[in-house]
Amino acid sequence: MIIKGKVHKFGDNISTDLIAPGRYFHLRNNLPELAKHTLEDANPGFIKKVKSGDFIVAGKNFGMGSSREHAPAIIKLCGVKAILAKSFARIFFRNAINIGLPVLECETEKIARGDELEIDLAKGIIKNRKKGLELIFRPLPKVMVNILRDGGLVEHIRKHGGFQL
Amino acid sequence: MGKTISEKIITSRLGREVTAGDIVIVPVDLCMVQDGTGPLAIKQLRKLKRGGALSGPGGAVDCGIFAPEKTIIFLDHAVPSPRKELSNVQRELRDFARETKANLSEIGEGISHQRLVESFVNPGNIVIGADSHTCTSGALAAFATGMGSTDVAVVMATGKTWLKVPLTFLINVEGDFPQGVCAKDLILYIIGMLRADGATYRALEFAGKAVEKMSISGRLTLCNMAVESGAKAGLVASDSLTRAYLKERGREKRYKEIKADKDAKYERVFEIDASKLEPMIACPETPDNVKPISQIKAKNVRIDQVFIGTCTNGRIEDLRLVAEILKGRKCAPGVRLIIAPASRQVYLQAVKEGIFEILIGAGATILNPGCGPCVGLQGGILADNEKCLSTANRNFKGRMGNPNSQIYLSSPATAAWTAVKGKLSDPRETT
Repeated sequence: MIIKGKVHKFGDNISTDLIAPGRYFHLRNNLPELAKHTLEDANPGFIKKVKSGDFIVAGKNFGMGSSREHAPAIIKLCGVKAILAKSFARIFFRNAINIGLPVLECETEKIARGDELEIDLAKGIIKNRKKGLELIFRPLPKVMVNILRDGGLVEHIRKHGGFQL
Repeated sequence: MGKTISEKIITSRLGREVTAGDIVIVPVDLCMVQDGTGPLAIKQLRKLKRGGALSGPGGAVDCGIFAPEKTIIFLDHAVPSPRKELSNVQRELRDFARETKANLSEIGEGISHQRLVESFVNPGNIVIGADSHTCTSGALAAFATGMGSTDVAVVMATGKTWLKVPLTFLINVEGDFPQGVCAKDLILYIIGMLRADGATYRALEFAGKAVEKMSISGRLTLCNMAVESGAKAGLVASDSLTRAYLKERGREKRYKEIKADKDAKYERVFEIDASKLEPMIACPETPDNVKPISQIKAKNVRIDQVFIGTCTNGRIEDLRLVAEILKGRKCAPGVRLIIAPASRQVYLQAVKEGIFEILIGAGATILNPGCGPCVGLQGGILADNEKCLSTANRNFKGRMGNPNSQIYLSSPATAAWTAVKGKLSDPRETT
C-alpha cells in the first residue's frame, strides 16, 4: 500500500506529556476532545494545521515517557497516517502498532516541514519526488507486521485467537 | 552459556531456553491497569471478546478475564477524584473489578508500583502493567515492564503477551555511598550517563557491593527510573534482603533466589564507584539533563515548591530521611513543601513513628497516597514561571500541569534541605 501526505516536523525526545498533556487527564475517556490538544505543548498550532493523510516526522526517541496509549490514539484521530522518526520510545512504538498506526524508523534529517512524501509500506521505501529523495525504513519484527496488517492488535487477536509470531 | 536475570526468568516461565533477541509468547503472572489507562483497556477487552476468536459459545460476548486473581485494578492517579469525568471512570473500574472478580486497590491504598511490591510481586514473576513505571518491581527480581492499554487488555483476556528477550546492560556499583548521597543520586547519575534513549529495548541489571548492601527501598528507586533511559526493565538479583522483605509481608515462601550467571552475556558493562558520587539534580526538561549539585549550587536557583513522594521516593525510608533533616527546622519563607506517602502502609508507619509531627511542624502540606502532583492531575500544580524540586522520576515540559513552569528532580535529602534553604542546596551541608 502506498500512502501520500505532507510533513509536520518535530525534534528529539517528544514526550507523551507533550503529545497528550496530563492536565487533560480527565479527557482520556473522550478521545475526540483530548485530540483537540494533540502535541499542544510541542507545537501549539499543530491541531489547526494537520490534515487527514499527513505525516509526523521527528528526531530520536519519539514518544518517550508514559504508557498512555491515548498519545498515539489522538495522533491517529487527527488523521496522521504514519510517524517517521530516527527512533521511538519502546512503549509508544508498541502502542502505535497495536492501534494500527505505522511507525517507521529511518533517517529523518533530510525531510523538512511541508515536504510531500510517498510511503510504500510493503516495500519499506519513503520517497520525496520533488527532492529526488529515497529513504529506506527499518523493517519491523514479523509479529508487528502481522498486527499492523490485521489493522491493530484487537483485530489481530480476534482473527487468530492469539499472537502470530 | 550463562544467562542474565531477564533470560533466567523468561526461560524458567517458558520452560525452554531463551536468549536475548528471541521473540517469545510468555505467560504473565500479574497484570495491572490504573485509573489513567484502565478504561481504554476495558474498552479494548470488550472489542476483543465481541464476535472474534475469543468470544463465547455462539459468538456471545463474555467479558470475563483469564485470571482475575492475577489482575489488579489500581485507583491511584485521582485520589480522591477531583472531577466528575474521573469519578465516572473510577466507578467504571470498580464495577469492572466487581464483575470480573479482579483485585481492586482503592483510592488511598497507594500508588500501584508501591502496592505491587508490598502485596503482589514475587521473584521470578513476569509482570505487565499499563503504566511505564511497572519496571519498579524488578527490584524483587521480577521481570516487570510497562505496556499500553491494548497490550494489557490482551493479557487480561489470554494470560499471555509477546516480547523480545532483551539484551542487558550490567551496571556494576562498588564502594560506599558518601553521607548525603543515596540510590536516587546513583540512578540520576546513570540516566545522565546513558541518556533518555541510551538503553531503549535493553534491560538494566544493577549489581555490585553497593547494590547488595542497598535496602529494597533504594533498589526500587533504581529500577523505577530504568525506563527514563528507555529501558524495558530494571532488575536486581534476589538475596537475603529480598527474602526479609517478603517475610515481613507474609510471603517468605514465595522467595526464590534469582541471579545472573557469572558468565552471563552483557551487551555493555558499566562500572561505577559509589564513593565518588555526589548529590545529583536533573534539570528541566528531561530526566537525563543531570548535573552534580556542586555545579548548580552557585547559580542560586530559587525554588517555589518542593514535592516529596511518588513511586520513586515516597517510601518510609525516604520519609524518615526527610524527617531527620527537617527536625527542629522550618521551610524557608515562600517555599511550599508538599509530601505524599506512596501508600497507606507507608502513611500508617510514618504516623506510628511520629514522622508527620516533624514534617507538619516544619510546614509541610500532606497529600493522600497517589500520583496526582507528579502527572499534573491535582495537588501542587505550578503557577507560570514557578520552579519545583521534586523527588519524582520525570521533569518533562508540562509534566506537573503547567507547560510554563520548570521541574528539577533530586533525592529526598536534597529536596528536604532545599525546602529549608529556599534554593537548590547540597544536603551534605546539613551536618
